[in-house]
Order: sequence, then C-alpha cells, then structure tokens
Amino acid sequence: MIDIKNIRKDFPVLNTAVYGNPLIYLDNAATAQKPECVIQTVDELYRTCNANIHRGVHFMSEQCTEKYEQAREKIRQFINAEKKAEIIFTSGTTGAINTVATSFGERFVSSEDEIIISEMEHHSNIVPWQLLCERKGAKIKIIPFDDKGILRTDLLDELINERTKIIAVTHASNVLGTINPIKQIIAKAHKYNIPVLVDGAQAVPHENVDVRDLDCDFYVFSGHKLYAPTGTGVLYGKEKLLEQMPPYQGGGDMIATVTFEKTTYAPLPLKFEAGTLNFTDVIALGAAIDYINKTGLQNIAEYEHQLLDYATRKLLAIEGLKIYGEAAEKVALVSFLLNNIHHLDTGMILDKKGIAVRTGALCAEPLLAHFGKTGMVRASFAFYNTFDEIDALCENLEKISLMFK
Amino acid sequence: MTINEKQNQIIEEFSAFTDWIDKYEYLIETGKNLAALDEKHKTEQHLIKGCQSRVWIDAEYTDGKIIYKADSDAIITKGIISLLIEVMSGHTPSEIIDADLFFIHKTGLQENLSPTRSNGLLAMIKQMKLYAIAFKAKHNEL
Repeated sequence: MIDIKNIRKDFPVLNTAVYGNPLIYLDNAATAQKPECVIQTVDELYRTCNANIHRGVHFMSEQCTEKYEQAREKIRQFINAEKKAEIIFTSGTTGAINTVATSFGERFVSSEDEIIISEMEHHSNIVPWQLLCERKGAKIKIIPFDDKGILRTDLLDELINERTKIIAVTHASNVLGTINPIKQIIAKAHKYNIPVLVDGAQAVPHENVDVRDLDCDFYVFSGHKLYAPTGTGVLYGKEKLLEQMPPYQGGGDMIATVTFEKTTYAPLPLKFEAGTLNFTDVIALGAAIDYINKTGLQNIAEYEHQLLDYATRKLLAIEGLKIYGEAAEKVALVSFLLNNIHHLDTGMILDKKGIAVRTGALCAEPLLAHFGKTGMVRASFAFYNTFDEIDALCENLEKISLMFK
Repeated sequence: MTINEKQNQIIEEFSAFTDWIDKYEYLIETGKNLAALDEKHKTEQHLIKGCQSRVWIDAEYTDGKIIYKADSDAIITKGIISLLIEVMSGHTPSEIIDADLFFIHKTGLQENLSPTRSNGLLAMIKQMKLYAIAFKAKHNEL
C-alpha cells in the first residue's frame, strides 16, 4: 500500500507553488523528483565524505570507493544481475546506449550488417545506431507498431537475417506507454544468436526488472528517472560480451598499466568507466534504490496502475480527446491530443495553472510520424501523484477545450 | 500610428488582464483573427522550425513600407505573432530595424522568450528584422 500523504512529504519539491498554484508535476517520464534521502545523501557526501574513488590510499578515498561499490551492488541486486562486473555506471541511458553502439559496433558490426530497432524508439535509441551505421556502412531495420501502439513482433522473423548483429528495443515506450514483450523478443533473437539491448529508461521506475529472467544481453537506464540525481545511468551487459568489447573511452581509472608502447585495460567494470565518474550522484542513486526498495516496487506499480486506469478513464470522458497508445500493458503515462488544439497551446495553458506536462515531439519523431503528428501532450505519473491531481488536469483540459471553441 | 504608439496601445490592453488565462484568451482571439497564410506561402523558406510549433513569416515591400504576413499551427503563438505584425507592419525598414520592442517586456510576454523555445518570440522578431535589413539593402533606403 502507498501511504500517499507520507510519500508526498518525502519529496520536498512537491510543495512548490507555480504561478501561485500548487505544482502538479506530471512530467515524471522526463525526469522524476528526488526524495529527501537522496538530497540528503548528496548534501552529506559533500560535507563529510568527498574524495576521488579508486585512487587514493587515504581514508576518505577508500570510504568513497566503498560507498560507490556498494551502490553498484545495490544496482546488481535491483535488476538481479549475476555479477557486479556487469554493472557499469554511465552518465545516463543515452551514455549507455552510445557506449554499446560504439564499442559493440566497433567489435561486431561491419559493412552491410544490419541492426534492428523499433518504430517506437526514443531518439536516444535511434541516433547512436545511425552514427554507427554511417561509420560502418551498416543499415537499420525497423520493427513497426500497429495503430494501438503494439509492436509487430510477428514480423521479427522476416526482419532477422544472417547479417543482423543486434536488436535494440525499448522495454516501455516513452510516448505510448506500451510495455513490450521483450522476453519473447529476446528468446526469438537468441534462437538466431543475436544479442538484444533493452532501453529500460521508462520501465525501471515502474516495473520489477530481472535481467537474468529476461536473459537480455544489455539493459540500460537512467538514474534521474528513478528518483536519483541527474547524470547517473546504468549499463548492464553480460560479462562475456563486455569482455569482448573494446573500451569506449580512454582515460584514468580504466587502465591496468600505461606505457607509450602499450596500455592494458582494467578488468570489468572499470574498463568502461574512464575518468572520474559522477561518484557522488551514483552513491545517491544507491540511496534512491534503498528508497524504492523500502516503498516496494510492487506497491509502486500497483498504485501507478490505479493512477493510469483512472487517468485513462477520465481523459477519455473529455469530448474530442484522443489517447495515443492503447496497449493493454502500459506504464503510467498517457499521450493525447485534445480536439484540434495544438499541443503547445494546451501545454502553455496547463503550465499557467501549475500543471507540468510534456509537449512536442517527445524525442520520438518517427513514432509521432506514424500517427501523422508533430507533437502531443504527455502526462506521466509517479507514485507521489494523486487522483486529485488527475482531476485537476481533466478539469483544466475541459476549460481549455471551451477556450478554443 | 508610430511603432511606439502601437506598443503603448497593446500595453494598455494587457493592463486590464488580471491573470495569464485572460492574456491567453486574448491571444487566442487575436490569433484566430489573423488571416491565415496561403498554403503556398507555408514553405521551408518562410518556416521557423522548432520542436514545439511551426511558424511561417512572409514579408512584402510596397511604397517603402513592409507588410508582414505570418501563420502558426499553434494559436497562442499565432496570437503573439499577430501582435508583432500589428506593431511592425506598415513601417519602413529603418523604423523596424531600430524598433525597441518594449511591449514584450511590459505585457509579460517575455516569459515566452525562453531560449529553449527556439521558435519563440526571439526567433520571430529576428526573422522580421532580417526581412527589414534585406529590404533596406535591396532598395538602398537611406
């Protein structure tokens, strides 16, 4: 059970007023708010424990290193990875995908090879692969989705061939909310010995993820959507693949020995963690995981599903409102358009009422093009949102509808 | 009316509004009243493209004065452009280039000037002034 009153107390920013109205924050899919314990962790680290990790022999450096490695262990448990060596910290989902696209691509992708992605990917899971394809002369193939926003996994067999080197697909769509049957996609890909990267940015905050059960080869997500500080992210990769991949960036911390003739690299995971990582915020990501575990991901998921069902029902009751994304399995977000009112107009007026939603292309132009749209309005929920806030959203949408009549 | 007189008139109209919703309602009305740009003028050349809304601005030069025409797919944006047109249209290139658009600040519309909205007011004003510079150069106006 979610004790909403107490939960909201944990997130200080929720008390903010915007244009004299209480903030109604419905842009959680863009970034989530931070609980007190995460803020305190960052604050306390800078006050009491700040020294570069993996380097110094001195007390504080060792303390920081230990906390950092504890965060890695928390992440390992959180997604049920087998080994800590398989958890690599990055700057975010984008950083993680670029790491794989570059490093895996360098090792395994050649001219004429193919990479499969889906029509519902965030730009972050499109552009790194396009860059790779430009470098290598490879090409991208697309798994389409139907008008309800359901991935046409039935077409996978036709798309896969002996030149397919990797499949990169989102776990949950940042626009449609659709939760994709990735376990099934992975099983199919593995029949052809093709590895799969799963973009978990929108799934991890809402659903329990078990990378071993999924058997995914790479799983990536961001800390900032998971109630942790910005500039943190995770790349999970199977050890045997990561071992075969060259380092993504060179620098400190990722080496074993350096001479001008030859440099050898540190073992996993440090091989992929060049330079001074954002260790303070990574430690705070560990605190966010603790907070989620304490609240219970199952409780979070149940409550958010109630919010999603309620919002969907109430939004559909508004005349002329169309929701994009009608899959049965969705994460807690709704993208919509109201009559023929421009998404920017809707968003600007909601903003002045203190309601934060996302508008525009939602970093998924090809997805929107499927519906012939250049923008939508998206309300995305977290477990600190309330049914009253959804009522407020809907009341204001009704008013906006009248303003444009 | 001079550019400044027109600006003062708009500021006076805005002073009657008590909150943002009133301002937006006004902008929606002015936006609706602005004649739509002919589809054939909605070309790449006239487009100020952004992630949020599309804006087209066209200009013609007659008898030493510039007449602007513009459109947007978003109505509030269109309302804002119609104010810019109201202020700047029908003036000489030099008057437009030198215009200090203080009404934007005084009406509170500068809140729409955020740099992330690259197709916001700033880009529209820049485009309108660029037309003026181009016409001035072309017609050797002193």
